Amino acid sequence: MDFTLDKQHEMARTLFRDFAQNEVKPLAQEIDETERFPMETVQKLGKYGMMGVPIPREFGGQGCDTLTYVLLVEELSKVCGTTGVIVSAHTSLCADPIYKFGTDEQKAKYLPDLVTGKKVGAFCLTEPGAGTDASGQQTKAVLDGDHYVLNGSKIFITNGGVAETFVVFAMTDKSKGTKGISAFIVEKGFPGFSVGTLEKKMGIRASSTTEIIFQDCIVPKENMLGVEGKGFSLAMKTLDGGRIGIAAQALGLAQGALDNTIEYVKERKQFGKPISKFQNTQFQLADMHTRVEAARLLVYKAAIAKDTQKVFSVEAAMAKLFAAETAMAVTTKAVQLHGGYGYTREYDVERMMRDAKITEIYEGTSEVQRMVISGNILA
Amino acid sequence: MKIVVCIKQVPDTKGGVQFNPDGTLNRAAMLAIMNPDDKAGLEAALRLKDEYGAEVTVLTMGLPKATDTLMEALAMGADKAILITDRVLGGADTWATSSTIAAGLKKLEYDLIITGRQAIDGDTAQVGPQISEHLDIPVISYAQDIKIDGDYVIVQRQFDDRYHVLKAKMPCLITALGELAEPRYMTPAGIVDAVNADITVWNRADLTELDDANIGLAGSPTKIAKASDKVRKGAGEKVELDPKEAVAYLMQKLDEKHAI
Repeated sequence: MDFTLDKQHEMARTLFRDFAQNEVKPLAQEIDETERFPMETVQKLGKYGMMGVPIPREFGGQGCDTLTYVLLVEELSKVCGTTGVIVSAHTSLCADPIYKFGTDEQKAKYLPDLVTGKKVGAFCLTEPGAGTDASGQQTKAVLDGDHYVLNGSKIFITNGGVAETFVVFAMTDKSKGTKGISAFIVEKGFPGFSVGTLEKKMGIRASSTTEIIFQDCIVPKENMLGVEGKGFSLAMKTLDGGRIGIAAQALGLAQGALDNTIEYVKERKQFGKPISKFQNTQFQLADMHTRVEAARLLVYKAAIAKDTQKVFSVEAAMAKLFAAETAMAVTTKAVQLHGGYGYTREYDVERMMRDAKITEIYEGTSEVQRMVISGNILA
Repeated sequence: MKIVVCIKQVPDTKGGVQFNPDGTLNRAAMLAIMNPDDKAGLEAALRLKDEYGAEVTVLTMGLPKATDTLMEALAMGADKAILITDRVLGGADTWATSSTIAAGLKKLEYDLIITGRQAIDGDTAQVGPQISEHLDIPVISYAQDIKIDGDYVIVQRQFDDRYHVLKAKMPCLITALGELAEPRYMTPAGIVDAVNADITVWNRADLTELDDANIGLAGSPTKIAKASDKVRKGAGEKVELDPKEAVAYLMQKLDEKHAI
């Protein structure tokens, strides 16, 4: 058993770190302040293959393993949590299910534009009445000749306002409960599709989080993703992968906040010496570092499990639970160690703390992760 | 078209310079990077490949760990990589280095050779032009733009406040300025391919057109007597004042030091 990255992953980390430092970090504060979606970054990510890291090369992707993808989201999130989630939602929740469950025609039609960043992808599951209880879907899809007619609305859709390709869940047979849910690939231009309210959020403010409305939306029959009635299972399997992406985002946020704090405490002087010389600071940093490293091991383990195991729900849930709670704890301590300055927007840790909170909530709350984990060990 | 780009692995001076007790650079203690001018030259070659179609080979002389730099070049889009390495080649100055690299180049077919203008560890800017002398081909140094016109290259050579436009028949050698081309990033798939690529390794014995009198420390006319880090300036004093107060403060300090 070896916990070191091999040459390929080390090189990938170097690449992602350089890209994040040069292209992403300079924008992080501005896009948070203005809530502007960084489309120019998405185009650069697409140019260098980073919008389709785990998708096979035959569809224009990079054909890399999940660990490489995790390193990407981690490095991006170290400097900008928003950019991390844009890539994670696009890759894990849209490109990945199309690749895994799509027909050859669907893959050939949708993946090349997604993996090159020409089009952004999104995932529409959550509804006003169906959050943690995703089975309570109200959006309906009714077959009408050669197409389905979708009616309903989705909320909190990451990348919603900028995406052009959506994986959407809707009830095709309400009488069957979760077995009546089906998945569809919906294009922004389909008749009856519209983008609703843009959410004003605490963190990840530059990611476009919107309502998506389907009003007699016409979706060709061939755009059903996977098998009719298997949408709920498809959503849960997709979220297992998505959780690894969000765990990587949380890990990156925690590491970024820790790195900033290490730098700060060496410079900040109180009582005539750098605050790094105080044992309280040293012990806080030791705890933060230990937690981040433990989170990293869980996240990387989940990434490897995704590529080597048929079922990896528990590994993904543990990684997301621990990394998200680590992100929240570490960013909070980072702000504390920055003192009053850490509470101002001049310092990145303020943004990181706001960004961290959502990792405990989206793609399954920490409570849901605990349900998945405990359900498995008690089974 | 066949392009060979000569690249060098150099210490990353951003992290500070480390020395051995004898005054030579402690390369093992410093992070290593692709020399920036060489990287710009590689980018220029890759752009020529994108525009005109070309096979790009990267060649370096160095320690076995220089394969890291070759892999980076492959991950950026180079097609082949060659490492010249041998203990007997160590301690080479520019003469021995250019003699050795030229002997390697004689084993290859090329239309264009690109080197960086100079390396950040030696700063001599001699190796590129010397290679062209060994190979008896034209050299255009300080290139800030390269275009291909049939069998010719048209190069903008930077010169003080202007540039010269020079045309040379290939094969020829060009030395690249750092500003020639902003290097591209590697790609994740490129990294996978680079890690799995076969890198050609040549030792002394593979370089048949090389005279032992011109290699390694013994074959180097230049002897370094001593090397040391620059004496660093103090941290200085930082003051946060509004502009008016800052000017008054500065004037007072300059006055105190009898600078004005």
